[in-house]
Formats: sequence, C-alpha cells, structure tokens
Amino acid sequence: MSKNDWPLWEVFIRSKQGLNHKHVGSLRAADAEMAIENARDVYTRRSEGISIWVIESNNVYASDPSDMDSLFEPSQTKVYRHPTFYVVPDGISHM
Amino acid sequence: MKEHLFEYLLRLGDDSLILGHRVSEWCGHGPILEEDIALTNISLDLIGQATSLLKYAGEVEGKGRDEDQLAFLRLEHDYKNCLLVEQLNGDFGMTIMRQFLFDAYRLPLFEALIHSSDSQLAAIAEKSLKETKYHYRHSAEWVIRLGDGTEESHERIQKAVNSLFKYHVDLFFTNHVDDALLKEGIVPEMKAIHNKWMESVKNVFSEATLEIPSNNWEQSGGRLGRHSEHLGLLLAEMQYMQRAYPNMEW
Amino acid sequence: MQLAMEQKYSQEELEKRFQDKIDNDIKIEPNDWMPDAYRKTLVRQISQHAHSEIVGMLPEGNWITRAPNLRRKAVLLAKVQDEAGHGLYLYSAVETLGADREETIDDLHSGKAKYSSIFNYPTLTWADMGAVGWLVDGAAIMNQVPLCRCSYGPYARAMVRVCKEESFHQRQGYEIIAKLAQGTPEQKEMAQDALNRFWWPSLMMFGPNDDDSPNSALSIKWKIKRFSNDELRQQFIDVTVPQAELIGLTVPDKDLKFNEETGHYEHGPINWDEFWEVVKGNGPCNEDRINTRRSAKENGEWVRAAANAFAEKRKMRVAV
Repeated sequence: MSKNDWPLWEVFIRSKQGLNHKHVGSLRAADAEMAIENARDVYTRRSEGISIWVIESNNVYASDPSDMDSLFEPSQTKVYRHPTFYVVPDGISHM
Repeated sequence: MKEHLFEYLLRLGDDSLILGHRVSEWCGHGPILEEDIALTNISLDLIGQATSLLKYAGEVEGKGRDEDQLAFLRLEHDYKNCLLVEQLNGDFGMTIMRQFLFDAYRLPLFEALIHSSDSQLAAIAEKSLKETKYHYRHSAEWVIRLGDGTEESHERIQKAVNSLFKYHVDLFFTNHVDDALLKEGIVPEMKAIHNKWMESVKNVFSEATLEIPSNNWEQSGGRLGRHSEHLGLLLAEMQYMQRAYPNMEW
Repeated sequence: MQLAMEQKYSQEELEKRFQDKIDNDIKIEPNDWMPDAYRKTLVRQISQHAHSEIVGMLPEGNWITRAPNLRRKAVLLAKVQDEAGHGLYLYSAVETLGADREETIDDLHSGKAKYSSIFNYPTLTWADMGAVGWLVDGAAIMNQVPLCRCSYGPYARAMVRVCKEESFHQRQGYEIIAKLAQGTPEQKEMAQDALNRFWWPSLMMFGPNDDDSPNSALSIKWKIKRFSNDELRQQFIDVTVPQAELIGLTVPDKDLKFNEETGHYEHGPINWDEFWEVVKGNGPCNEDRINTRRSAKENGEWVRAAANAFAEKRKMRVAV
C-alpha cells in the first residue's frame, strides 16, 4: 500500500426486511464518515438498505479454517438447542 | 402570476440541469473509484430534479413545451441558472467548493420551499430536500478535509474559494418575480436564505481553516440570462443531438 | 493459519482435499488452502475483469454530456456508475486473495495487466450507446452468468450482485438501438453503422478459439470457467442474430447462416490478427483509455493524501 492509499473497510447493510446486518463487500475510505457515505453510494444504489455498519478490515478477526472441527462440530451435537428436539403433544400449534 | 412562477421554476430547474451536467463530466475521472460513484450520484439527483422542475415549468407555461424541449432547445440567454453552477470543474477542490457554496444555498431554500403555497413546488422541494441534505453533508465534509488536510490541499481549496466567492451574490438575486411570488406565499424571503447560507459558510470555513476573501466584488446576471463564456460551450455539447437531428425520438 | 493446515497435511493431500471440494461444489473461501496457480489465475482473471469494468466506463462516458434527452442521460449515467460499482466489487474480491487494489491498478496503467479489448474501440455516434449496451453487455452477461457459480466464493458472490444489477444494461441498449431502427432513415443508418462496427469486436470478447486458449482446461477443472470460449460465443450468436433481425438490422457477416441440423448459426472467420493487435495495445483507443485512467489517478493523488492527513489529525485530536 502506497502512502496515499486509503484503508479498506468492510460494509454491513441491514435491508428493509432484514433482521440482521449482512456483509455486502468492502471499499476504501480515509475515515469512518467517508466509509459510511461511500457505502451508501456504492452498496445502496438501488435502495437496498436502511442501516449501514462499517468496520476497518484490519480490525476483523476471522476463524481459522483448520480449526473448523473444534469450533463448529461441538454445536452439531447440541441438538437440544433446536426446537425440533422437543416433542409437542398433537393439537398444539403456534409453538 | 403564471409567468412569474414559470420564470422561477426555470431558475431552480436550470441550476439543477447545468450543475448536474457539470458534475456528470467527472464520471470515469474521479480521484478514486468511491468518489467517482459519489459524484455520479449527486449528478443523477440533480438531473432528476431538473427533470421534475422543468416538466412542471412547461406545464405552468402552458405552451406545450416538455422538460426536454426546455432543457435542450432554448437559446443561451433563456437559461436562468446562476453563474456559479456553470463554472468549469477545474480540479477536485474547485468542484467541491462550487458544490458546497451551492448546497449551502439550496438546503435552506428547499427547507423553506416545502412550505410553499404551491403544492406541486412543495412536493418537488420535499423530494429534493432529502437529496440536498446528503449533498451538503458530502461537500461540507470534503471542504473540511481538504481545507484541514495537507498544505497542498489547503492551498488548492483556498484558491477555489478565492475564485468562486464572487459568484455568491448571484445566488440570492431577487426582482419583481420574487416579490410577486413572495406575496402569494409561493417562495420564501431570500434574505433569510442568505443569512443561513452565510452561517453555514462561516462554520464550515472555520473548521476547514479557510478564509472568506477580503475583496467583495460581485459577479451576477445569471438570473437575467447574462452568462459567462462557459455556458455557451456547455450548451453546444449538451444540445448537440437535438440540434443536429431535430424533431426525432430517441 | 495456513501454516497449521500445511503442517497437518502433505502437499498431495492438500491438493486432493482442494479438488474434492471443487468437485462437490463447495466454495473455496479466502482463508482456505489453495494451489498457487489457482490463486494466480484468479488474481489475473478477477483483476482483468475489474479493469474492464473501469476502462469500460470511458467509451460510454464519452456520450453522457451529449445524451439526446434527460431520460437517456440519467439512464446512461446510472449505467456507467454501475460499472464503477462493479469494478469496485471485483477489486474487493481480488483483495481477498492478498492482492492490493492500487497495485493491480498500477499494473493496468503500466500496461502489464490487460482488460477487455472491446473498450479500445471508439464510440462515434449515439447509436453506439445502443450497440454497446446490446452487444457488449450482452456478450459480457453470457460470460458472467456462469461465473456466478465459480468455485471461488468472493468472486461468485460479486458476480451474483453484478449480474442482478446488469439486467437493465442490455435492455436499455437494445431499447436505444430498436428505437433508432424504427426511426428516420438517418437514425436507421446510424443504428446499422453501429452494428457493423461493434459486431466483430463483440465476438472477439469471448477470447481466442478453444484450440488457442491454453489455460482453459485447468480453469474448467477448477470450475473457474464452466464453458469454453467457443461455446459461449456460439450461444451469443444464436441469441443475438434473431434480435437484430427482429428490428430490421443486418448482421455484417456474409457467411452467416442457420444450420437446421445443429440448430446453431454458422459464422464467417474472425479476424484474429486484429484481436491480437488490439490486445497488444494497437487498437484505435488503447492509449487514450490508459492515459485517461492514469491521469484520473494522478490528479487524485493530492485528494487522497489530504483525506489521509485529515483522518490522521482527527484521530490525534480525539486521542488528546
């Protein structure tokens, strides 16, 4: 990176129907205000969003793919976290 | 009253049209990709505003001219935009300063026009206001960044101020047209808009460490159709297709 | 983190696991292990693709200030802006592979990196806005739709977004050309002339014949490419010829004929000498295009520096 390049930011957008902010891509900006504005111009040109988060990419820590087993496999055995684990008597709906 | 409203709509519409055209010249040439996209958004908003305003102007005039005929088929002195918006893009600093001086005027103007007794003008102002708020934020932030950035950027943006400041009085020009519309509650008092403009300029310039030029010589005439040399060339380009191939559908 | 993987498995096992994923249509993600050649191929292809979007803004940008009415002006502006956006999505995808956006752009400016040769042809009339949208975007879409299923996750996701947004691009182009084809004799002539000039360069957009395209086999094995150059070119011709006929324009190929048996059009020989000359930099607009991009970057240098300096100052002030 030459001295005049701007840092990279990750952009997260929450859409009108969406419950969560979703990662949509990245862009360059010199500061947070500019990152928000650039995100608005680059990633919501078709009114895709109502809320924007930006975070400098070098502040993102990613999980290690070689740790995939230890990170995610344990939860696969915790079936009690899923509602279908429980038996509900017939005639009960909306639960 | 109709002809006054028509005249007033041309001022608003031509400001958007000519500045939209100027900003569109940046497309593909911006200082960085993200800003290229931002400038194009501003240009698109302005062209959208021009379309609504000139369409309405044509209806008010009642001679069957639509927005395209007004935009592309008038003679130079029939354009009623202010001198500021037709000035050349220059460097990015010049473009941003031109935009800021304009946005700082348009913002309070649209804020007032949403209360216009003319409901269609009020509706256009309401849509345009949302866009203008964003334009103002964008240009003001850039003025501050460039003013308080590096020595070079400070010098360049101050140079832009020095070169463009003389056109600001032209923005607040009023004559019998405004007086008549003001009585009807269609347009706001220009004095109040001017004061708000001055306040924004002072605040932003102080944060940007920029100075208002001491020379207070003014250039005006845009609202009367007396333009700078730049407008004729801009129109020659903009009107090329309509002039070279008259009466065709595109 | 790749170290951990490399310690755990031998090179052969790593390659096998990699190819298994691809064969099972599991996407490769930035931190996953991948062969160097795969990474290199992607960096080259995605950055070329990004450069094509950015350089591709210029031939159409040439007509923004001369668009014939307000609607066309706004549409053209929005379309060229989309191309900037698409370039940006693609540069983002390149950066996930460890390449630096500004460095890849410098490679473009030095002539080291290539971009689609079609953008080295001039846009001479308003009808060219139609031809570019209809033919050039049409050809690009043929290429891009299969890329939405490319094995590299970030590239595939960028392409999904690009394809979604580009659906209006080709339509607006065809609308322009159709309007002209139905217009006055002058307009019709303008439309035919644009088709004459853009037809062959559009066919060249799919790249050399399969026999002359040495990297294709590996790209297909890695599911970066799904179809060969000739397959995509054929698909484009089959779709586009009837579109020209429908609006009364003539495709400028005297050898063009429909083969009832195969259900495909057969076309005349493509001038590959011209293609390679344009790729090498000898097309009508190569120098202009690169000079324009280079000066945009150079003229923006002080702006980018100022924004950085200001961001630094602001951080310091907050810290105090």
